[in-house]
This record gives sequence, structure tokens and C-alpha cells, in this order.
Amino acid sequence: MEIQERQAEPVPKALRRSTSFFEGMRDTTPLIIGAIPFGIIFGTLAGGVGLSAAGAMGMSLFVFAGSSQFVALGMLANGAAWPMIVLTTLVVNFRHLLYTATLLPHLRRLPARWQAILAFGLTDETFVVSVGRWQQADAPPNRHWYQFGSMLFMYTNWNLCTFIGLMAGRLLQGIGGWGLDFAMLAAFIGMLIPYLKERPNQCAMLAAGITAIALNGLPHRLGLIIASFVGVGAGVLAERLSGKTAELQTEEK
Amino acid sequence: MKTFYLVGGMALVTFLIRYILLPLSGRFQFSDSTQRALGYVPAAVLTAIIAPFALMPDGGHLQISLSNPYLVGAGLTFAIAWFTRHLLLTIVGGMACFWGWRAVLSAGWF
Repeated sequence: MEIQERQAEPVPKALRRSTSFFEGMRDTTPLIIGAIPFGIIFGTLAGGVGLSAAGAMGMSLFVFAGSSQFVALGMLANGAAWPMIVLTTLVVNFRHLLYTATLLPHLRRLPARWQAILAFGLTDETFVVSVGRWQQADAPPNRHWYQFGSMLFMYTNWNLCTFIGLMAGRLLQGIGGWGLDFAMLAAFIGMLIPYLKERPNQCAMLAAGITAIALNGLPHRLGLIIASFVGVGAGVLAERLSGKTAELQTEEK
Repeated sequence: MKTFYLVGGMALVTFLIRYILLPLSGRFQFSDSTQRALGYVPAAVLTAIIAPFALMPDGGHLQISLSNPYLVGAGLTFAIAWFTRHLLLTIVGGMACFWGWRAVLSAGWF
């Protein structure tokens, strides 16, 4: 039945699931390059803090959240107990709640299985890549396949790099000093550019950046979360103020 | 066993943070203003990650100086991103600038 229908009406290329899937992968490629050093560094560092290879691989396979995995290594090195590390993970990854909230109007229509899969892979990179696609009004359908392509690419790469780091741990000792961490900084700066043109977004960045620096000393990366909220607040405020100015200007005319 | 609890606990809280709003979404609706506010999330979060990274690479002190390669590298990366609007070029060019400036610093030319 299904086969007959397909034969009768071939699906145009732009509307195929595979097209969206591969476009999601394609658009994530630059960020993959930024993430490769991190996965490898994570793998090489794990042994040094007493985390077993299975533990490190398990983190990449089941947690799949780079920054919290690094924080966990740092805490293990300091001899922290596991409940403390889990609690810190909650704080470090809390920003992802904002990502789900942002995508909620789009993801809520998907079946539960899709929601669970896409939620599992909602990293910083996949969020920033796919939020653009979701909000693009004339984007082709199968946007969930686009996000799935992005997350699967990130996931495969992250685990492969963790594995390489674990295998090459001894060979790559000192890799932490190579400055490869700059790749992530460069990737994030690149991701920021599309948001620069709007005034409220500029205010959001300024406020978030200043707050993040001022609160950098807070434990468990609390500063990152507070700064995110302050930034969003500044964006809203700027939007309200500019809205009022626009109203005044139209009244004057 | 400790590793099992650690990885399991981290996996559980991370998934719950990323998932929890979805099954609840049928019961509430974001207002227009909330949805617009959420539009500022990417810019705010990315900057909150970038700023301390570039300005406080040692984690504790503000280093606004040309001898901080992360800051110089970030500035040059930003310029590349601004003019090229090309993500891959930005990352590769940014890395090259960062390494180049680090080499200049360690050679003592500056």
C-alpha cells in the first residue's frame, strides 16, 4: 500500500526526510570541528582524575553534555562525592531548560518518542543550529529530522573523540596546553554573529557578558545561569524601551 | 559502583532538564512576551560562556591585555566572523590567529 503510493507520487527532493537530515548534519559541520578537540581532551584527562575508561565513555554516551562532563572531571580531581557532582551537573546544565522552552512551540506537536530523542541531544551546538531552522517560516518540512541530523552528528563525533582521547591518553599528554580549547571559543563567537544585528540582542549580550564576568567566582558555574537570565531580561527591557521610542516617533509624525 | 551512580545520576538530571517541559507543555501556553523573551536565550547564553573564557582564561582574574592570547584571538575571530559571516572560516581563521599570537608572545617579539 505504502509502496504503491510512493511509486505513484515521488517525493520532491526538498521535502524528503533525508534531505532535512543531511542539511542538519551539513550545518553542524563547522561546530563539529570546534568540538573535536574537546572530546579528545576529555578522554585524555579522564584517566588522570581516576575515572575509569568505562566511566568516561559512559558519560559521553549517556550524559552527552560537554561542559558538565569537564566540571565532573574537575570535581573528581578534588575528591568530590558523586551526589555533589550530580547536583553540580544540574546547575551547569540548567541553561538547557531555556533551550527546551525556546523550542517548545515547535517540539510540542511531535510524538513523545521524537520529543525524548531530541531532548536527549539538545546540546548548545544543536540548539543554536536548529533554532534558526525552526523559526524560519518558509523552511522545508521535517524540521525535526534536521535537528536529528545535527544531534546525531554531534553525538557520534563526541563519542568517537572521547574514545580517541581515551586510547591516545598517554601519547597526547600535555594536550591541555596546546590551546585547543580556543576552538570552542571561536565556534561560539561564530554562532553569535547572526544575533548581533538587533539592538535588544546586543543589550542581552552586553548584560550577559558583564554579569558572567562579575559572577565568575561563584561556585558550580552559577554565574553562567544568572548571567543568562540577566541577559534575557536586558533584551526584553531594550525591546520595551525601543518599542516606546518607536511609538513616540510615530506620534510626533 | 560509585562510577555507576555518578554517570547514571548525571545522565538522569541532564535528560530531565532537557525533557521535562515537553510532557508538561499541553497544560500551559507561553504568552507572546515570554516567547519573545526566549528569543534572547541564544545570544545571552553564548555570551555568558564566551566572556569569561576570553577575559579570564585562568578562571580567576580579568586579563584585559595584549598578552592574553584568548582575548586577542577572540577579538580577531570576531572580526573574521563579522566580515566573512562564514562559520567554518571563522573557526579555522580564529584558531590560526590565536596560535599565531601565542607564537608571537612566546617568541618574545611583543
